[in-house]
Amino acid sequence: MTSDSRLEKILSRRDFAVTSECGPPRGADPEVIQKKGALIKDFVDAINVTDNQTSVVRMSSFSSCVILKQMGINPVLQMVTRDRNRIAIQSDILGAAALEINNILCLSGDHQKFGDHAKAKNVYDIDSIHLLQTVKQMRDEGKFLGGDDIKGKPRFFIGAAANPFADPFEFRVIRLAKKIAAGAQFIQTQCIYNLDRFKKWMQMVRDRGLHEKVHILGGVTPMKSLGMANYMKKMVPGMDVPDDLIARLKGVPKEKQAEEGIKICVETIQHLREIEGVRGVHIMAIEWEEMVPRIVQETGLLPRPQVK
Amino acid sequence: MIIGKAKPIKDVLAMIENHSKIIIAGCRGCVTVCSAGGEKEVEILSAALSLAREKNGKPIEIKEVTLERQCDSEYLETIRSFVEEYEAIVSIACGAGVQFMAEKFRRIPMYPGIDTNFIGVTEAQGVWTERCQACGDCKLHLTGGICPITRCAKSLLNGPCGGSSKGKCEVNPELDCGWQLIYDRLKELGKLDQLEIIIPINDWSTSRDGGPRKIIREDLTL
Amino acid sequence: MRLSYPTNIKIIQVPCTGKVDVLYLLKAFQRGADGVYVAGCMEGDCHFLTGNLRARKRVEYAKKILDEVGIGGERLEMYNMSAADGPRFVEVAKEMTEKIKKLGPNPIKLCAGAASEENTQKKTDGVA
Repeated sequence: MTSDSRLEKILSRRDFAVTSECGPPRGADPEVIQKKGALIKDFVDAINVTDNQTSVVRMSSFSSCVILKQMGINPVLQMVTRDRNRIAIQSDILGAAALEINNILCLSGDHQKFGDHAKAKNVYDIDSIHLLQTVKQMRDEGKFLGGDDIKGKPRFFIGAAANPFADPFEFRVIRLAKKIAAGAQFIQTQCIYNLDRFKKWMQMVRDRGLHEKVHILGGVTPMKSLGMANYMKKMVPGMDVPDDLIARLKGVPKEKQAEEGIKICVETIQHLREIEGVRGVHIMAIEWEEMVPRIVQETGLLPRPQVK
Repeated sequence: MIIGKAKPIKDVLAMIENHSKIIIAGCRGCVTVCSAGGEKEVEILSAALSLAREKNGKPIEIKEVTLERQCDSEYLETIRSFVEEYEAIVSIACGAGVQFMAEKFRRIPMYPGIDTNFIGVTEAQGVWTERCQACGDCKLHLTGGICPITRCAKSLLNGPCGGSSKGKCEVNPELDCGWQLIYDRLKELGKLDQLEIIIPINDWSTSRDGGPRKIIREDLTL
Repeated sequence: MRLSYPTNIKIIQVPCTGKVDVLYLLKAFQRGADGVYVAGCMEGDCHFLTGNLRARKRVEYAKKILDEVGIGGERLEMYNMSAADGPRFVEVAKEMTEKIKKLGPNPIKLCAGAASEENTQKKTDGVA
């Protein structure tokens, strides 16, 4: 094991893993995170905390992970390269390790244009692939990027994101290969609605043998309503929402759409379990965390394995 | 070349509010090519400022000059003989020109009449786009001649990010995704395998982050 | 055609409105014109293909500048008409004159105290 991460242990045993995420509050109230954590802790193996997602200022992922850790939960620290340079990044990596946060997800991060501080300077000193290399180098070689030795190597289970639905399609697998070469041990994908396209991507992944080199967790997000589905289809770059999913939600009265969304989500997870190379699911129920227990239950993924 | 754009006239009017005798100085270099600060633009700005001041009952005397370049001392010297007769200079050269003028004519307030925007090219008449960020460590040979630092909104060296959609950048649907362009070009060149190599972490010390830069060519200095 | 049009219009002939520069339009106002209009050929009929289209763009640009400096972009207009259309020429001349009369004299003259009113027109003359 490269870390003390429970998620790493579960994936190494080839158990189908379940992770989910919590969005931190836009304020200093720790209870928001505590409540979300308490809701889902018994239904998942690890909980991601997003890092100023869509460039909207929120309580930091780091501090939220500490709060979750205090509750006995295994957090996944999401870290974007948009807001901090390599000095701050390496510093945070040491700090997170010191506080026994075992998992890190390395991302570039949404451009600040999307958020509430579009006039900010962005950093992007390094990209997500460099971030993977950085964590790996610190963990395995015990060296800072500048070359000096680290006294007290951080241990981490290192993850990255993959988006099978962004363009160019043929390049996505090459990018995945680069991330693995850079140090990615697990992958959480963008939420999947187009299963055909995802299966094609997985075929390309398997053709390169990458499914044996990294643990892939398929991302899912339950649709709350037709409006949400339409919004994601039209307004979110890198998202593929097929027309028949829209049609399916349309064919159901408004008050039943949320229910249908949950059904679709559960079905998607069941499909994912059948795909060779998919080792788990990452449930992103944005502002709908209370549905996670039900989704996990209905997919038959309870109880979660006990790991020391 | 350096691309700039005229500042709003009201901003320039505010700068010269308390002056009644000024020079508008243009430049025959880059700003002429991008129609922001050449001889014609000097005349237009002069006419506009005159009209505004005339209308407000505070006429202004304007001398129109256009220098060959404002970034070389020898050309700045061509106005030395009369510069002291004026109260201020509005330079519509790029930021480098405005500053150099200010260095050479220390006793005269120097005002910028344009905003300097980027190093770019003329895509079509009236349309200029950014191409280079002057990072000081050119990697165009690794990316098929397309700059990832400039043309990727996140300056990713191993892109594209997950927001690249139908060849467009997540930041602006009219903006081409730089990494899609790189991918397409390398495909045309039959060099897609280059993309399998990780481009290492960048050394930003050669760019603006390292501090204001200087180049000395010993073979050329006297 | 011997049609009569308002006497306060000064005509400046150019071979094509594509020759009209933003600077000329501004200078006309600097010299006291109360209004300026550019009369070009019908779009699609330009002998030099795009001259009148460029003129329109420049007129729009100059209008913005005139708004910014407080003279008023509405004092400048572009019209398209056939070179042979005498009655339309008169119609436009009258329309523009009325409009400028309502707007009053060029604001710079209110400070300088000049009394004369002048309308300036630029027109293609059908001369190649």
